[in-house]
Amino acid sequence: MSDTILELDHIEKSFGGTSVLHGVSLSVQHGEFVTLLGPSGCGKTTTLRIIAGLETPDAGRVLLRGTDMTAAPPEKRDVNTVFQNYALFPHMTVAANIGYSLKLKKMPRTEIAAQVQQALELVQLDGFGTRMPAELSGGQRQRVAIARALVNRPSVLLLDEPLGALDLQLRRQMQLELKRLQKQLGLTFIYITHDQEEALNMSDRIAVMHEGRFEQVGTPAEVYDRPRTSFVARFVGTANIVKGQVLQNEEGILTVHTAGGQVPALCCNCGKGAGDGVTLAVRSEHVEFCTEGGIPATVKEKTFAGGMLRISLALENGDELVASRHGIDIALSAGEGVRVTWSAQNAVPVDTHTEAQV
Amino acid sequence: MRNHGRSRAGIWLMLAPLYLFTLLFVAGPLIYMVVLSFQQRAEVWGVVHTFTLDNYKNILTPVYLQTFVESFKLALTSTALITLIGYPFGYFMAKLPAIWKKRMMLLIMIPFWTNSLIRLYGWIIIFRANGSLDKILMGLGLTDSPLKLLYTYPAVVVGMVYALLQFMILAVYSSAEKMDWSLVEAARDLGASPLRAFYTVTLKMTLPGLLSGIILTFIPSMGLFFIADILGGNKVVLVGSLIQDQLMKAHNQPFAAALSLVLMVLTTLMISLYKRVTHSSELEGLL
Repeated sequence: MSDTILELDHIEKSFGGTSVLHGVSLSVQHGEFVTLLGPSGCGKTTTLRIIAGLETPDAGRVLLRGTDMTAAPPEKRDVNTVFQNYALFPHMTVAANIGYSLKLKKMPRTEIAAQVQQALELVQLDGFGTRMPAELSGGQRQRVAIARALVNRPSVLLLDEPLGALDLQLRRQMQLELKRLQKQLGLTFIYITHDQEEALNMSDRIAVMHEGRFEQVGTPAEVYDRPRTSFVARFVGTANIVKGQVLQNEEGILTVHTAGGQVPALCCNCGKGAGDGVTLAVRSEHVEFCTEGGIPATVKEKTFAGGMLRISLALENGDELVASRHGIDIALSAGEGVRVTWSAQNAVPVDTHTEAQV
Repeated sequence: MRNHGRSRAGIWLMLAPLYLFTLLFVAGPLIYMVVLSFQQRAEVWGVVHTFTLDNYKNILTPVYLQTFVESFKLALTSTALITLIGYPFGYFMAKLPAIWKKRMMLLIMIPFWTNSLIRLYGWIIIFRANGSLDKILMGLGLTDSPLKLLYTYPAVVVGMVYALLQFMILAVYSSAEKMDWSLVEAARDLGASPLRAFYTVTLKMTLPGLLSGIILTFIPSMGLFFIADILGGNKVVLVGSLIQDQLMKAHNQPFAAALSLVLMVLTTLMISLYKRVTHSSELEGLL
C-alpha cells in the first residue's frame, strides 16, 4: 500500500455560473510539503477550502487516507487550516485559542495545558499564553495560528498564504521556521502562495495553478528547469518565451529558426520534427551574448534590481527578450546591436501538449 | 504633549455649555423629583412643602407592590420573547446579501413613519372579538368561537414585543454585521460542530449586541404604560400606568415622583446585577 495521505480526484467547482476549478487532481504523500502556486484568482484557495471541507465540490472526490471524505463536514476531517487572516478568536487568550480543539475533544485540563505549553514552545512563544490576540504583533499572531492548527497533529496541515501579511525579513525567517516544523513533526503540508521564490524555497513539490487547472506538478527543480507550459515558465522565475520553427531535430537537439537567426534547443521526446512550430522557454540568466551565430537583437535598456543587472533586448520580430547578469557593469549601452544565443540544454520547448492538439 | 496654548480654564469654558445643559435638563429635574417624592400632596391641588416618608411607605402596601411584580413579570416575558425572535432575525439579516440587507432595513423602518399610537389601534382591530384574527382563525376552522384576545395579558405581551422588537433586531444585527465569519470556519475546522461553533464563537462575538438589545427592550418595557392601557384595558395595571394615573388623574405628584424613583432604582439594580452575572464589560457605556 502506498503512503498516499490525500487525494483529489477530478475536483470541479463553480460559483454562480463561473467555473473556478476544472477537474483538479492531486495525490499527496505522507510527510510531503506541497505548494499550490499561482496568481490570485487561479483557484488555489478554493482547492484548499474543498480539502478542509469549507466548500463542497460540484464534482470529484476528496480522499483522506483512502477514505472518501467529499461530503464530510470540516469538523469530521483530520485536517487543520492556518487561515490567511489567521482567524484567531479575539475573545480568547492565546492559550485558549491553541487549546480550543483539545477542549472540544474533552481532553483533561492538565493535559490540555501541557500540550498548549508544548505548542507554544514549538513556535517560540513561551510565556505568551495569557495574552489576548489583539496584544500580539502580526508575526506572533501568525505563530499562534500555526500552533493552534498544529496542536491537533492533523494528517494534513493546510496553510493559506500564511506569510502574506508579513514583511520580507519576517517572511524569510518564518519560511525557515515552517520548514523546520514540518520536518521536525513529520507533517504533511499543503501550502498556498503566489510567491514563486517562497514556493521554490520550501516545497518538496510544486503544483502550478492557472485558471482552475494544474499546469504542472513537480519538484522545484523540474518546474524551474523543465517548465511544461509557457505559463509555468513565465510565472516561475520569469523566463523568456521565444516562438520559432524547427529546422531539424538531430538526436534530441533542435535547431530552431526565429527572429532572423538560429538557436538550439533540447528536445527529450518533445515530438517535434522539421517544419513544426515550437515555443521555447529560456531563463534570462541563460541568455548569452556572442559575436556570430544566434539571433540579432538591440539593447533597449539596462536596469539594476536585486543584485542582478537586467538587460532588455528587442528582437527583429518585435518580441522582447531579457538577459540578466550578476554585477553592475557590463559593456553594453542602449541602442547597441548584439547577437544572443543559449546552449541547447537551457532552452526547453513548452506547450508541446497543446500545440500537438492544434 | 503640547497644550496648543490653551489653558485649563479655557477647556472648562468650552465644556461649560455641556455641563450647564446636563445640569439644567438632567440633574435638575431629577433633584426636583427626589425632593418632590418626600413631600405631601395638597388637599385640592399642588404640593405641601413638608418632609414625609409616607409616599415610600405607601409603595410598600401589597396593592402597589403587586403592580411592581406584575410589571417586572411582563417586562421579563416581553424581553424573553423579543430575544427569541429578534436574535435569529438580526443574525440572519447580517448574513443576507448587501441589497437584501438594505431592503430588510427599510421594511423594519417603515412602521416608524406612522405614529406608534395609531399602530397600536391597528392591533385593536386585529385582536377585538370578531376582529381580523378571529375571522382568519374561524375561517380556517382552527377555532369555533371568537378568542376575545383584546384586553388580555397576551395582547399586552404581543403589543410590547411589537413595539420593541426592532431595537433587539438592530442591536444584534449591528454586532453580527461586524463579525468576521472566518472565525466560525476556523472553529469548524478545529473540530466544532455547527452548534458548538455558534455557542463558542458566534454567540460570544454578538454578545455586546444581544446585551444592549436586552437592555434597550427591558427598560422601556417596564414603563410603556400606553400599550397596557390600550391593549390591556384596565385588566393589566403596570407601574407605568400607575405613575401616569397618579400624576394625571389623582394629581398626586409626590407619590408619582416616589414611584418613578423606585422604578428607576430597581431597573438600575437589575441591570447591574445582570452585568455582574454575565461578567460583561460591554455594558459600561450604558450604565
